[in-house]
Amino acid sequence: MNHTPVLFTARGWLVLAICVLAAALLPALHLALPASHPLHVSGYLLGLIGKFMCYALAALALDLVWGYTGILSLGHGVFFALGAYAHGMYLMRAIGTEGSYGSRLPDFMVFLDWKDYPWYWAFTDHFAYCLLLVVLAPGLLAFVFGYFAFRSRIKGVYFSIITQAMTYAFMLLFFRNDTGFGGNNGFTDFKRILGHAITAPGTRVALYLATLATLAGALLLCRWIVGSKLGRVLQGVRDAESRLMFIGYNPLSFKLFVWTLSAVLCAIAGALYVPQVGIINPSEMSPSNSIEMVIWVAIGGRGTLIGPILGAFVVNGLKSWLTAAFPELWLFALGLLFILVTLFMRRGIVGTLPGLARLLPRSARRQPDAIKEEETA
Amino acid sequence: MTDAMVTRRPGVDTTHGAILYLEDITVSFDGFRALNKLNLDISVGELRCIIGPNGAGKTTMMDVITGKTRPTAGSAWFGQSHDLAQMTEYAIAHAGIGRKFQRPTVFEQHTVFENLELAMKMDKRVRPTLFARLSGEQQDRIAAIVRMIRLHGHETRLAGLLSHGQKQWLEIGMLLMQEPQLILLDEPVAGMSDAETARTAELLNELRGKHSIVVVEHDMGFVTEIAQQGKVTVLHEGAVLAEGRMDEVQANDRVIEVYLGR
Repeated sequence: MNHTPVLFTARGWLVLAICVLAAALLPALHLALPASHPLHVSGYLLGLIGKFMCYALAALALDLVWGYTGILSLGHGVFFALGAYAHGMYLMRAIGTEGSYGSRLPDFMVFLDWKDYPWYWAFTDHFAYCLLLVVLAPGLLAFVFGYFAFRSRIKGVYFSIITQAMTYAFMLLFFRNDTGFGGNNGFTDFKRILGHAITAPGTRVALYLATLATLAGALLLCRWIVGSKLGRVLQGVRDAESRLMFIGYNPLSFKLFVWTLSAVLCAIAGALYVPQVGIINPSEMSPSNSIEMVIWVAIGGRGTLIGPILGAFVVNGLKSWLTAAFPELWLFALGLLFILVTLFMRRGIVGTLPGLARLLPRSARRQPDAIKEEETA
Repeated sequence: MTDAMVTRRPGVDTTHGAILYLEDITVSFDGFRALNKLNLDISVGELRCIIGPNGAGKTTMMDVITGKTRPTAGSAWFGQSHDLAQMTEYAIAHAGIGRKFQRPTVFEQHTVFENLELAMKMDKRVRPTLFARLSGEQQDRIAAIVRMIRLHGHETRLAGLLSHGQKQWLEIGMLLMQEPQLILLDEPVAGMSDAETARTAELLNELRGKHSIVVVEHDMGFVTEIAQQGKVTVLHEGAVLAEGRMDEVQANDRVIEVYLGR
């Protein structure tokens, strides 16, 4: 009866350990084996998995607010992109004078005939400061946005629409050349990170491992949070907010906490994404990108944490294959997948396949629709 | 952060013997007066029943007391020191007023045990909630309430799977976990079977004297049973029509007129 959070079942820990270990060993197969060896892992595949892990982290962050707290954000892309831009500023500065114009300023600033960095680029040549910016800028935006939205008791579809408007507004802002974020092209042509060539296999492996460690750490953190009493309060916000208020909880504080945390996790995902993919531009903030994140969570199974991670891998794996094999089919496939999951797998992959649910402790297997299904079963 | 707004107040000051005062409370919705200069005071430890035809303003009165609706005019005091018209819903809950809704409202995705645990009186700000651990004493307290509301054996069931009557009891149990000084019950036996109604009356009799209780109810048989010799208040068109013992109220000409029509 006591609620010491059990993060995973014994089987869950085992599967998790195997997955992390296997993922951690992939780079060894990349570095140690010659390209001709059948077990050789190509740099392309490694980069792809690294990218998927960033998406998975964003999906995990989204599940915290949508799956557990019932707040559907259609604008998480803005936090992802802001994290990416904050880290991208450091990577731009690290190019030094090796740009096309040989200036110490990034090419786009030379092109605009700027003589110096604008104030908001100050100190971005320091890596540590940029890491701080990765967390603080999106965190502050989420906090201020969330404070006003939640204080005004904006809920449901109205909140979702506002988040979408927000990411759209930021996209337009970043598309402009004179806002100092590279306009249409964004940040790209990175040369090095912390003095290491960004395309060197060693650097790429290090980035991959950092992403894996962050994802695993974030999963543990989120499992701990949703298993705590605070996690039960969050689910209370989702299921009966007025009851929660009348037993003495202030929903505003709890929503603001989880919303800001989710935004920060999403921003960290973006920061890990940018050096691995090599570019960040405003299209990452387009509403459709944020909606795709929601689809990863829905397909994987919201309110499970491991589901969204799985969903991000499955959907993006399919996307990588389809966009190469049948490029014109991808959007139809995505739409079809979404319809099929909504109709036949309302609880997503994890909620539907029984073996997967057993990785989580009993208390964590409940999902938003569980009651109705148990009643009709 | 906003948590600072929930300052911990010492117990309610009830030195004048009253736990709740409503003075000339008026609530207008677009000109319609749901409450019209309503006056009501509840003494410490009293069990007060409030009856009245539909639209008399009973639920609006509950809304004013719990901070859901702000009065257009008049004042509402909890003890001597808490001006309810200035407080948020959760601050009022903290100060010691618990409310059961008309429709049972429990956390359907949580077990019976978890519902009670969430309601338990304690620091309900973000950080203490994140690190909360149940002490043995708190577990005993939950177990005691579970027995009181007759849900032993159901602790690990999801609240959404309980029967209607059991949900009503669970909600009353959640109120008790808050250790409130004043309990507001909005139609506690609506939709209950006769046996469940009798059990609820028993439960309220157990609570009599330990908490101040306000019961709003349509079921006259139930009201007669729990009001005993206590005061019953009849509301009509947002104001008090009559007040007194149940038999006095039932004999009141104006009450008969309102209930039976002119």
